[in-house]
Amino acid sequence: MSGSEHPDHLWRNPDPKRSYDVVIVGGGGHGLSTAYYLARNHGITNVAVLERGWLAGGNMARNTTVIRSNYLWDESAAIYEHSMKLWETLAEDLDYDILFSQRGVLNLTHSLHDTREAHRRVYANRLNGIDAEWLTPEEIKEFCPIVNLSPDLRYPVMGASLQRRGGIAKHDYVAWAFARQADAFGVDLVQNCEVTGFDLDGGRVTGVQTSRGPIAAGKVALCAAGHSTVLAAMVGLDLPIQSHPLQALVSELLEPALNCVVLSNAVHVYVSQAHKGELVMGAGIDPFISYAQRGSPHIIEYQLAAAVELFPIFSRAHVVRTWGGIVDVSPDASPIVGLTPIENLFVNCGWGTGGFKATPASGWVYAHTIARGEPHPLNAPFSLDRFARGALIDEHGAAAVAH
Amino acid sequence: MTRLASGGRIDRSRPLRFTFDALPHTGFAGDTLASALLANGVRVVSQSVTYGRLRGIFSAGVEEPNALVQVGGGTGSEPMLRATQVELYDGLVAESLNARGRLSPEPDVARYDKLFAHCDVLVVGGGSTGLAAALAAGKAGARVILADEQAEVGGTFLGGRDLIDGRPATDWLAEVATDLAALPEVRVLSRATAVGYYDQNCVLIAQRRTAHLGPAAPAAMARQRLWQVRAKQVVLATGAHERPMVFAENDRPGIMLAGAVRTYVNRYGVVPGHRAVIFTNNDSAYACAIDLDDAGLDVPAVVDVRPNPAGGWPDRVRERGIEVLAGQVVSDTAGGNRGLESVWAGQRIDCDLLCVSGGFNPAVHLFIQSQGRLRYDEILACFVPDEAPQAVAVAGAANGTFGLRDCIQEGLAAGAAAASAVGFGDGHPAGAPQVETVAEHPIVPFWLVPDESGATQFVDLERDVTVADVRRAVGAGMQSVEHVKRYTTIGTGSDQGKTAGINSAAIVGALLGQPVAAIGTTTFRPPYVPVSFALFAGRTRGQLFDPARVTPIHPWHVAHGAVFENVGQWKRPWYFPHDGETMEQAVLRECRAVREGVAAMDVSTLGKIDIQGTDALRFLNRIYTNAYDTLAVGHCRYGLMCKADGMVFDDGVVMHVGPDRYLATTTSGGAAAVLDWMEEWLQTEWPDFRVRLTSVSDQWATVAVAGPRSREVLRALAPAMAADAVSFPFMAIREGMVAGIPARVCRISFSGELAFEINVASWYGLRLWEAVMAAGEPFGITPYGTEAMHVLRAEKGYAIIGQDTDGTVTPQDLGMSWVVSKKKDFIGRRSHRRADTARPDRMHLVGLLPVEPEDLLPEGAQLILEPRQEPPVAIVGHVTSSYRSAALGRTFALALVKGGRDRMASQVYAPLPDRLHPATVTEPIFYDKEGLVRDG
Amino acid sequence: MLLIPCPWCGQRDEIEFRYGGAAHVEYPADPETVDDATWARYLFVRPNPKGPLAERWCHSQGCRRWFNIVRDTVTHQIMRSYRMEEAP
Ligand SMILES: Cc1cc2nc3c(=O)[nH]c(=O)nc-3n(C[C@H](O)[C@H](O)[C@H](O)COP(=O)(O)OP(=O)(O)OC[C@H]3O[C@@H](n4cnc5c(N)ncnc54)[C@H](O)[C@@H]3O)c2cc1C
Ligand SMILES: [Zn+2]
Repeated sequence: MSGSEHPDHLWRNPDPKRSYDVVIVGGGGHGLSTAYYLARNHGITNVAVLERGWLAGGNMARNTTVIRSNYLWDESAAIYEHSMKLWETLAEDLDYDILFSQRGVLNLTHSLHDTREAHRRVYANRLNGIDAEWLTPEEIKEFCPIVNLSPDLRYPVMGASLQRRGGIAKHDYVAWAFARQADAFGVDLVQNCEVTGFDLDGGRVTGVQTSRGPIAAGKVALCAAGHSTVLAAMVGLDLPIQSHPLQALVSELLEPALNCVVLSNAVHVYVSQAHKGELVMGAGIDPFISYAQRGSPHIIEYQLAAAVELFPIFSRAHVVRTWGGIVDVSPDASPIVGLTPIENLFVNCGWGTGGFKATPASGWVYAHTIARGEPHPLNAPFSLDRFARGALIDEHGAAAVAH
Repeated sequence: MTRLASGGRIDRSRPLRFTFDALPHTGFAGDTLASALLANGVRVVSQSVTYGRLRGIFSAGVEEPNALVQVGGGTGSEPMLRATQVELYDGLVAESLNARGRLSPEPDVARYDKLFAHCDVLVVGGGSTGLAAALAAGKAGARVILADEQAEVGGTFLGGRDLIDGRPATDWLAEVATDLAALPEVRVLSRATAVGYYDQNCVLIAQRRTAHLGPAAPAAMARQRLWQVRAKQVVLATGAHERPMVFAENDRPGIMLAGAVRTYVNRYGVVPGHRAVIFTNNDSAYACAIDLDDAGLDVPAVVDVRPNPAGGWPDRVRERGIEVLAGQVVSDTAGGNRGLESVWAGQRIDCDLLCVSGGFNPAVHLFIQSQGRLRYDEILACFVPDEAPQAVAVAGAANGTFGLRDCIQEGLAAGAAAASAVGFGDGHPAGAPQVETVAEHPIVPFWLVPDESGATQFVDLERDVTVADVRRAVGAGMQSVEHVKRYTTIGTGSDQGKTAGINSAAIVGALLGQPVAAIGTTTFRPPYVPVSFALFAGRTRGQLFDPARVTPIHPWHVAHGAVFENVGQWKRPWYFPHDGETMEQAVLRECRAVREGVAAMDVSTLGKIDIQGTDALRFLNRIYTNAYDTLAVGHCRYGLMCKADGMVFDDGVVMHVGPDRYLATTTSGGAAAVLDWMEEWLQTEWPDFRVRLTSVSDQWATVAVAGPRSREVLRALAPAMAADAVSFPFMAIREGMVAGIPARVCRISFSGELAFEINVASWYGLRLWEAVMAAGEPFGITPYGTEAMHVLRAEKGYAIIGQDTDGTVTPQDLGMSWVVSKKKDFIGRRSHRRADTARPDRMHLVGLLPVEPEDLLPEGAQLILEPRQEPPVAIVGHVTSSYRSAALGRTFALALVKGGRDRMASQVYAPLPDRLHPATVTEPIFYDKEGLVRDG
Repeated sequence: MLLIPCPWCGQRDEIEFRYGGAAHVEYPADPETVDDATWARYLFVRPNPKGPLAERWCHSQGCRRWFNIVRDTVTHQIMRSYRMEEAP
């Protein structure tokens, strides 16, 4: 059966043309969904997605696929909930089984402080039209029986918030689904094509230099996640982004044991069991800046300690593979999507540890911003100039949940 | 019976009983589960994950894709172990799996530990190369660690029949082992697999210590150990993995890697069949034919894809009358429910064993993890190590050097060079022993037997992926191995594609018309073999997950029935319930005691930082938002600090305890962060300041005595200390004897009542507390916990940083402009002027009085202006603190509300699941607004 | 697990240290006179190069000193370690 769940044709492998209306730099999830929505929502199809490696081989291929929209602040809630709505019909829209599964996302709390903040988020979510529930330990036992609810835990579980509509999807399939439809609209997906410079005319960008030659562009849209500052620096643009390793791991295939997604921010665990049966788990970020796609082992060790504490049944499962991505962390843990001081140059980055779930909405609003030359209402608050004003959307704060 | 009567490294005098899928079997000490199964004639060990095809043991090592078993019995059940790596013990219970394991609900009571080690030279792999390397480095005097994954060192050549210096290689092995044991600086780790190669030569080694003992494992011994080795030089002698051949129906039980078959015959004395055919593209498998012939099997043919295999090995085989079918391939097989029955190689050949060899892939996994680069070697037809940024050398088969003589020589040279690079020896190795070699006929790379459909040509046995699947992926537009891997799942199994990876790259290349060199490999990631979660977790379990901090007074709290709260790493009494009391009743009682009588609290957990030096004042003025110029010795002052973005970060009290000497307190959870923060600025921005910072949090124990009668308690404890309001005013500090203990007493209040905080050296903490309780007894002194403290401070409108703030709140938002100096620069000051930070309608801290006095709003409840509930509703704020007050006889709350200070007396609503809860916005102070009770 | 050379204590495992981000970030001489954009750049924009980076670490589980190193963000190799007061 392997392979047969996929279509026989995904994409052409065209050589780049000399010029496009829009060039998207970065063929990750966000770049691909942007290309798709540019074509579908705005009729702009003379578009190239330039990818330095293989399509969706960056963070898109490395994330732990947690999808939820229960963010604290109104601005975040609005954009992530828009994403959730898109997820709910995405398989049909893209005609691809992306294995989207709304199995529920539990956020455990381990202190009075955690609990207070989780309640705060639950109440805020409800007013924002986002499904949110509070579960007592007894209700957790019911919902996810393998969580260790012993009061003898060093940080006993005090409760959990639950978003039932949250869940997971298969990251590669999502990327390929967007890629396939964008390709069908005529978008050129160009791989092994690294952008190495920009052509400027006055204060306006007119094209890019690439490892496969120069390409003229009416508009250039950056979508390079961890490499955003490297590209921005080529045009003298400073972005408040730091690139960190974020590691994850999988176990061997196991019989079903975990029926939902469990996050525990206090002890840095987030885990789900993928469709085939492997446990998929993410760690906290490594503190230092890196482009190596590798982190340090003590981060994994700590994370597994927390996992085994919370799920004693995992003790003898095995780590089969660990890996790292390069996450683009912004000062307020919120994305930057919008215009730049350089005409015709657009930026989309800063999704950090949590941008997979935003893949559809990010493309939706970014395509709008590129097509119209002004932000969509949903990404207007996420402008680059918010930092100078101090209008941060601080998802780092006390109620923070990564991923 | 397929066990040979003699030979091998098993101990026939020690039979071991075991069960597989509930059937009883017997093996011998020295067997693996795989060799014992083969010896018992068990050919089918699993069903494949997707197609449910029967599969048998395929290899003899870590690369095994089929024989994945659940091993249970005695010490709990472990999923997905490779039978080729499970050492047999008496009573072993194993079950077959179809590529999916089971988690046992029994608690894992075993212990897992970690060890940090350092060495000059780490040698990974104890085969001929690694042994030679360790010996050379050790003899040069270097500190050496040799890690080998097997129960005994020797590696592949335990499965061979080579002669060294004219004697069996195992004699040489024994000598080397003796030599190594005699070198005091050499440590040999067995059952120790290097699993991860990280930065600056940090190598993780997973060692299995007791599993092979089964139920006899000593309980006190760690079941596994994770070594973190930091090596100056690393020599990777990790060997090579044999490549399978890809042809139709190539997955039947009885089809095995040729090298593995040799190992079963020579090391375990097991013949996995009766009639064997060899299918190869290189000379190595000819040795297999000879071994099998010697073991008495029928070996009708060697099928060799090379057009004219000649020279040493083919000739020897032909001499025995074994037919060599040159230029032929095995293109199909037939069989039944016991596996292979015949193969088609231009003719049908009956056989129950097919030994395949497609060449060897150097085991470069760790090398790649070290960030080394590979290059494709056309002559060897494999990827070999190229450049490496770290201090690592690769030797032997891992380096593409396959002959035993060359491996030993390369190992000796690598060991000597590594030792000399760190100052031991001259880098010249001792002479290598004599090894007989046979001139080899070169390998001819061969990746795929042509086949129309490819539907039964398996590339990845564990993941059940065929050539047809690869063809579909490429047809869909995929050109990168990484895409093909994800589309087909090749290489994503628990073997990480050790047998599948390079073949799949070559097949992708063939389909795209490109050489395998251009396609490259996927990236190998740690761990090299699966590692249990529990081992990574190590001892960081239970209470050691994060050791709790307790104060010197903690035993008293425990003895007096306190309920504890985790505050950061601290255990703090939350409240002290009397028999039959609810939490609410206890807290109301404790609050009343503070407001009406006297109560005591252990506040030793507060962070305390000793700040000394001639620039201490300057330093404080920069760190805190308020100024300290006018703070005289013997007095203290509340202080607030912001991050550079202007948001409130922590607060506390700064005591001026002597000339150029201050003591600052911090929140209990914030102590470490505040000290870090202060040191960062001091060392990195103001290195010219003459200031020293010392954490003294654990050196002082502090007892707060609060309430109108607290002065009487202090008088009883410290008769010599003038405690009246004039002699000991608010925010003053006095030093003296309290209960016969040298103490520093501060008149500080977090409740609004008359209060004293008594600080003593922490080893007197418990004595002081007991003295306070005794002296207070006549006044009915009551111990109180954090919850009562929170209620009392909230009644006064004092914010708790981290509860009433969340990193987005300025001092002005808290209504605390009074603590923000206008005259000096301090960290965060400039940020307060930014457009958004200076907005008048930011979230302000206000009080809330629910319209119904019994209505207790939940903390975290959101607030809206309009009494309607349908989303989306504009949120104007949220409840940060909410309590029932004994003093007020009602509930009350603190909240952050948008433009809150301009909404006094107006109504807001908390929409809760049951209904809307109205509340009135008030000043954030509810009790003793005029501050009349402060002096008692 | 990086092996970090503390100029005071020698080479130690990364777990003994706290990361401090890019080194040599100038605190504005007079914050009150700079505009919002300049102040925001000080607050939020830090070098994030792909390649050598001068960065700060604090040996928080050891001597508690802050110091600088130059580390390659691609290979993680550490080229230099120097005290706070030494020139970049
Ligand atoms: C371990 C891990 C776990 C995560 N878990 C979750 C999770 O559970 N839920 C969640 O919502 N999010 C998660 N994330 C975050 C999520 O993966 C990212 O936020 C998101 O994928 C980023 O968008 P992207 O897909 O476009 O990025 P990427 O896939 O990284 O795409 C950026 C692309 O730009 C390309 N590029 C860079 N420079 C150039 C150049 N010069 N020229 C051409 N191309 C270039 C890169 O090669 C890359 O393909 C996780 C991330 C990681 C690393
Ligand atoms: Zn140090």
